[in-house]
Amino acid sequence: MFQVILKRLVMLIPVLIGITLLGFLLLQVMPGDPASRAMGTRASPEELAAMRKLWGLDQPLWLQYLYFLRDCLTGSFGVSIFHKMPVIGLVAERLPFTLAIVAYSTLIALAVALPFAILAALRRGTVVDGAIRHVFVALIAMPPFWLCYVLILWLALGLGWFPTGGVGQGVGENLSRLFLPSLVVGLSTAALIQQSLRAALIDTLKADYVDTARAKGLSGAQVFLRHVLPNSLISTISIIGVRVSWIIGGTVVVEKIFSVPGLGSLLIDAIVSRDLPVIRGLTVFFAIMVVIVNLVTDICYALADPRVRLE
Amino acid sequence: MRILIHLLRSPAGAAGLAMLALTLAATALTPWFSPWDPYALDFGAAMQAPSASHWFGTDNFGRDIFTRVLAGAVFDLRIAVVCVFVPMLAGTMVGLVAGFFGGWVDAALMRLTDVVWAFPFYVLVLAIVGVLGASEANLYIAFFLVNWIGYARIVRGETILIARLEYIEATRVLRFGKLRVLLRHVLPNAVTPALVYAMSDVVLTVQAVAALSFFGLGVQPPAPEWGILIVESIDYMREAPWMTVFPGFAIVWIGIAFSLVGEGLSVALKPKG
Repeated sequence: MFQVILKRLVMLIPVLIGITLLGFLLLQVMPGDPASRAMGTRASPEELAAMRKLWGLDQPLWLQYLYFLRDCLTGSFGVSIFHKMPVIGLVAERLPFTLAIVAYSTLIALAVALPFAILAALRRGTVVDGAIRHVFVALIAMPPFWLCYVLILWLALGLGWFPTGGVGQGVGENLSRLFLPSLVVGLSTAALIQQSLRAALIDTLKADYVDTARAKGLSGAQVFLRHVLPNSLISTISIIGVRVSWIIGGTVVVEKIFSVPGLGSLLIDAIVSRDLPVIRGLTVFFAIMVVIVNLVTDICYALADPRVRLE
Repeated sequence: MRILIHLLRSPAGAAGLAMLALTLAATALTPWFSPWDPYALDFGAAMQAPSASHWFGTDNFGRDIFTRVLAGAVFDLRIAVVCVFVPMLAGTMVGLVAGFFGGWVDAALMRLTDVVWAFPFYVLVLAIVGVLGASEANLYIAFFLVNWIGYARIVRGETILIARLEYIEATRVLRFGKLRVLLRHVLPNAVTPALVYAMSDVVLTVQAVAALSFFGLGVQPPAPEWGILIVESIDYMREAPWMTVFPGFAIVWIGIAFSLVGEGLSVALKPKG
């Protein structure tokens, strides 16, 4: 087990270097001089020169990359032009909200997907199965940024069940305030989980050990709850892991619309204010976050599935 | 052509194609059945609820929303199709070469895709457009840089599987040229799953294009692109919810149409037996 984790950690190194390199090159493809693009037309030549020096733009390209790599390794991820503070400081303030939405939305997704996956698997090939599939296809077809406003119109302004956005104090208030943004992210994840869990359940129902469990006299419900469902859920863990990049990406749009001060809002604000070090540092941070979550889900998967653990 | 016939035989594929054909026909023939101009202002008719003459209602400038949604289809469909099929072409070529020849080209490509896939899709596209500046042209560049990866991975995997099959072995015995084998025998079979994936890619790309335009980072107003229609409606959402709701239905409609075509394709392209 320890070796599996160690091997995965070593394999991470080239990917992490690649991520910082790509993040660095992102700023290089920008047309024109980064300093004048960032400062606008009002900046004096002295200010521009100071800016180039501050960013190390007067240095050769490979050295600039090493500076950026140093910033990532020391954990600052660069310095914001607009906020005049290290990117990591901005990230630290906002990360809890983004992580809360990721976790909350995954719980919502499981709560929505689980009953429909079970129903569809038990009634496979029937009208019920087909209807469930089409409802989830329609869910995927809904653009998240639009779904945000539909839910605001319906559940927040219309019925008054939820606030229209923002964050509050304490867990209780945030559970209510973050519900709608998490629901939007969760619904698209739910569609994915429903599809994969349905397929996994159908496969598991055909397995020999399920027949054995039935043969030794367990009731249908016992077989399902003790053998079929837990084994099918293992594959769902890895699906969530693979798609975590999509879930984290989904928070960007949703946070901005619901005025949640998370990483997504920070990214869009940085783009609007042309705060290039923040765009670069944050993009790299997002990718590192995905890599770490992938690693954690791989380890969970290995812990849950003895066949992987023994390899 | 044979694919199209198979596609039309599956109920999902036929329904999806019919929805797309209907959309294209309605977009092309708008002046024949709609008396309204998508750009003409009429303050006397501002913010009217949906009715027999204005099917989707009117906006804050009195413009007919149904006509504007149809005019927007030109933008959204064009951008989505270019942003999916151009990267698909490039990614397919890369995947084909990497999978067929293997070696260091393949290894380098796989590491590159690992790195790009670590970046969340929306984060990367937003960052690229944010750095390049907001315009339709930069939208194409951003989606090209991100979208080809998926196709390269899928086609590479398929190519590796197909290259081991007996009929490819047979071409070696027959001393066919490598290029001929690759293009005439490997490509048609390797591209199948990529085509199914492309349909779900269109669904997500239409949404992403609209989302970027919504944030002011894609198509610019006054184009009646769907994301722009939605962002322009937000201030009037309470009084005129139809301004927000109907352009979104257009995105959902197109999304369902492409999903159905994808479902039909996966059935139609499945090998027999």
